[in-house]
Formats: sequence, C-alpha cells, structure tokens
Amino acid sequence: MEILVCIKRVPDTSENEIEVNRDGTDIERDDLVYSVNEWDNYAVEEAIQIRDKVGGSVTVVTVGDEEGEEVVRREMAMGADHGILISDEAFTGSDGKGISAVLKAEVEKGNYDLILTGAQADDGAGQVGGMLAAMLDRPYASLVNLIEVVDEKTIKVGREIAGGNQEMNEIDLPCVLSIQTGINEPRYVGIRGIRKVASLEIPVHTATELGIGADAAGTSAARSKRLDYFVPEPGEGAEILEGSTDEIIDKLIELLKAKGGIK
Amino acid sequence: MAQQIFAYILHKDGTADDTALELIAAAGVLNPDASITAIVAGSGTELDTVCQNIGPRFDEVWKIDHEALAYVNAEVLRPALVRILPKASTILIPHEHFGMDLAPGLSVKLDAAFLPDVFGLEGIENEKLKAIREEFLGQVSTHVLCDVSNGVVITVRPGSFKADESRNRDIQIVDKSAEALADGVPGSARRYLEVVAAEVGDVDITKSDVLVSVGRGIEDQDNLEIVFDLAKAMGADVSCSRPIVDAKWLEKSRQVGTSGQTVKPKVYLALGISGAFQHLGGIKGAPFIIAVNKNPKAPIFQAADVGVVDDILDFIPELTDRINEIKG
Repeated sequence: MEILVCIKRVPDTSENEIEVNRDGTDIERDDLVYSVNEWDNYAVEEAIQIRDKVGGSVTVVTVGDEEGEEVVRREMAMGADHGILISDEAFTGSDGKGISAVLKAEVEKGNYDLILTGAQADDGAGQVGGMLAAMLDRPYASLVNLIEVVDEKTIKVGREIAGGNQEMNEIDLPCVLSIQTGINEPRYVGIRGIRKVASLEIPVHTATELGIGADAAGTSAARSKRLDYFVPEPGEGAEILEGSTDEIIDKLIELLKAKGGIK
Repeated sequence: MAQQIFAYILHKDGTADDTALELIAAAGVLNPDASITAIVAGSGTELDTVCQNIGPRFDEVWKIDHEALAYVNAEVLRPALVRILPKASTILIPHEHFGMDLAPGLSVKLDAAFLPDVFGLEGIENEKLKAIREEFLGQVSTHVLCDVSNGVVITVRPGSFKADESRNRDIQIVDKSAEALADGVPGSARRYLEVVAAEVGDVDITKSDVLVSVGRGIEDQDNLEIVFDLAKAMGADVSCSRPIVDAKWLEKSRQVGTSGQTVKPKVYLALGISGAFQHLGGIKGAPFIIAVNKNPKAPIFQAADVGVVDDILDFIPELTDRINEIKG
C-alpha cells in the first residue's frame, strides 16, 4: 500500500507557554520549541505499522518554510521511506483551502492508496483532510482511531464519536483519513535515528512544479485572514489561593471539607 | 448578509441535540432579521418527531428522509446538501464528530468559505464576517475576518452560544428528500457498519461524587501513584484527561470529556489539566472545581472556582500527607 502522510511543524504546546506578542500580531516566537504536530505523529506511526503489515511505502509531506525539513527528517527517522518538503514564498498566507489545494497537486503526482492527516493541528481547525478529500473526490473519515486493512481495495476504520463510543465504517481505497491521537503508541525517535537520516536529500517542491497559481493558494486566494492574537479578558475565573504551600493546603482542605470533597 | 441562514440539526432517538437552539442564537448574531431554516436528515417517524419538535423554533424545517440516512453518513449527506442549498448560502453546523466529517468537504463542494470551531461572532460588514476562534489548545484566541460573499460554512463550538428558546412560529416543514436525492442515494464509498459501545471500566466515574482528575502535568506513568494515594485519602475516584488515555496510562473509561465520559460530581479536583474545551465539555452539573496547574495562564483557571499555581508533582504528596494527618 502506498501511503502519504501530511504533517505540520508546530510550536509544541507541551513544551511552551504560548504568549501573544506586544501588538497582538503574532505569538511570541522567540525561544519556542517546535515539533511535529502530535496528531500527525500518530498518523505516521499508523502508516508505518500498516506498511510493515501489508508492504508498500510511506511518504511524509509538509507545506512550510525550509525549517519544515526538520519534521520531515524526524518522521523519516521514525521509519517513513520518503520525505517531501513543499515550500514556496507564494504559499505564505494560505488558508486551509490553500494548503489543501497545494497538497492535492502533490497527491496527483503520486499514486497513493491511502492519505492520512492529523485530526487537527495548532490552529485547531481540523479542516485539511476533509477539504483534500473533497478536492480529490475521494471518500473521507475524520477522527479515525482504528484502521484494519481488509484487502487491496478496502479498509475498515473506527471513528471516535461521543461518549467513548466508536463508529465502524468500511471505506474503499483510495481514501483520505484524519487520525485521532491514541490510535497507537508512536515509537520513540532517538538521536541515533535522526543521525541516520541526517544526510538524506529531501526534495523541495515549489508552486511552479506543482502548477499552483495565486488563485489557489497564498494570501490573495485566502478567504479567511487572521486579524490578531489575543488572550480573552479573564472572566470571573478561579480565586487563586496565595501564601506558603502550608497555608494553601490548609485553605484547600477547609474548602474540600465544606464542599464534601473529603469523605 | 444572507436573509436565509441554514442550521444543521443533529438528533438522536427522535430528540434534537442541544446545539439546535444554540445555532439559532449564532444565526441571530449574524443577522437578527434572518429567516432561519433547519436542515434535518434521517428516516421515518423518528425524523418526523424531530421536525415537529423543533418546528416552532425555526422559520422553516427542511427534511431529508431516506432509509439510507437512518444513521447519517457524511459522505452520503454532503452531495444531497450541495444539491439543495442555494448559491452563496450561510450554513451553521455543530463542531463535533459529525460536523468535522461533513463540513470541510462541504465548503469545498459549495465553493464557500470555511470557519471551523467558531465560538464567537462579531457581525458582518461589507460581506466580511468577523469571528472568534481559539488556537494552541485554547491558550490564545484570534479574530478571523472571512469573505462570505460566496457563502460560508461555519462549524460552531457546542455550548458557546446560549440556547435561544424565544422563537415560536407556525410549523413549516418542507420535504426536500426528492430534490436532495434526485439521483438516488449515492452508492457511497464509505459504508457505516455499527457503533461499538465504550468499554466499561472497573470504576464508573459518571457516578462519582468526588473526582481527582489528572492530566498531562503528571509527566510520567509512575507518578500516577501519588494521584491514587490522594484519591484514597479523600475517598474519591480517579479520572483523567485525554493525554493520559492516549499514553495508555489509564483506561478510556476514566477519561472525562466530549470524546470520553460526561461526569456530574460535586467536587472536581483538576490536577495538571490545561482545560481544553473538549475536556470541560465532559463536566456537567456545575461542580465545585479546584485546579492545580503550574501554568497560571492555563484555561482551566477560567473554569475553576479555586486555583493553585504549583507543580502537581510537589503539591499532591503534601496535600495527601496533610489529609491523612487530619484523618488520623
């Protein structure tokens, strides 16, 4: 099975406190730790496991600036066979549809049976997988937390729905799926693994090579534009307990007792 | 701005989802004078019951009735919606698992703009809609300006608009089935099989009065011991947020959130939980919430009654010791 996984390099929310810069035009990007989007990492692990079971290859692709290469390389260290960096100034300012249009062009250069994205990334939109599928006229399922290969033409997928329940579907290949966290346990990538792929050439594809014009991606094609970043005025919020740890604990135990929190 | 706004209605067992009335409120912000049309897909008497029940709240109810929609599959519904929606439509869809299946592709097929997971709307000027969203798991918010001149698909975060129960109209149900499915039901390349119910764990957290809930701040599986010790001292049960289940440190049945369990405790102690809306969506019944988190900006402090800014790995053992001392 030929599998393409679309990945994104994002500020790592478990490593960083995300703060808004002084004039609200961006987040503070100095000293941010970046990594591969967590959902995408599960998608790559799933692709590798499928390949190891039924054969084929895994390609990872990202749309971004030259630093995107770092996450492509990391996922290759994990076990992906091929990596592609799609990078062009012309793509700056793309909205979800623009990114999907770029990925569609890349998909059409290959012969992929299965295309995976993360269920969401840093912007919490969860849009690229569904848009890409619609542009390609291929079936789509979101929030996938189980994949079973039935045969060369069909897979069975579980979707995470409300209440911890799982919706089972059968889907014809080729298809597009967005992957939910928890579908597997992504393998650890050590320094040694990264070193092994450090000198591999990663091809860079540009707007011209993909035949993407300004009407399809970039600022002028984007119908949604982010105006600012802000932290909402705190509402009433929590009463923050102050004092020494001992004082805080005394106060907390008092509250717990009053509210029936200690039996 | 659109005089007609569409709202997609989720329903189950003949009852419309709470989001139905929330979408009316959202539509009201877009255009207070709009005619709001509900779109309901399903099958048979259950569908008719839903249409009757929501009928008075909407100016019109469009129903799409087919036995193949008894369990609605977004891949089947999407082309049907594309057929019946007028050009440059504004359509509101709840941002949950079905909306996430349906909406992004729908915006492509309608050539409409897409605004995902919106929780605030600030109105429209010159066909530009200003909406509010969150990024980075709720750590920051953004205003987004969206060109809606060719229509827009908006997924609305459940619970973010207060249900509008004020409307009372004559029921107008329009059967759109024939038009929507003019070419028959597409032989979908995606076929629904079944829903597998969540596994029942050894503890039923939906029945717990006091929950000690742990999140990513616990850092390591071995550290869970201090959480169980605290819960034991308090006489509470242990629940958790999604990352703990993803890491397979605790079973899925202990996960609180929209994709896990909905809990109704009296007291909820959130330890090292950032407080993403999906997690908060699983806490009902207005419990007394205490949050302990080393990040003073964690969204959980907005939802909590009382907060402690500290590292849970230091704080939990001290709290446990003191409770045990008191209890002797």
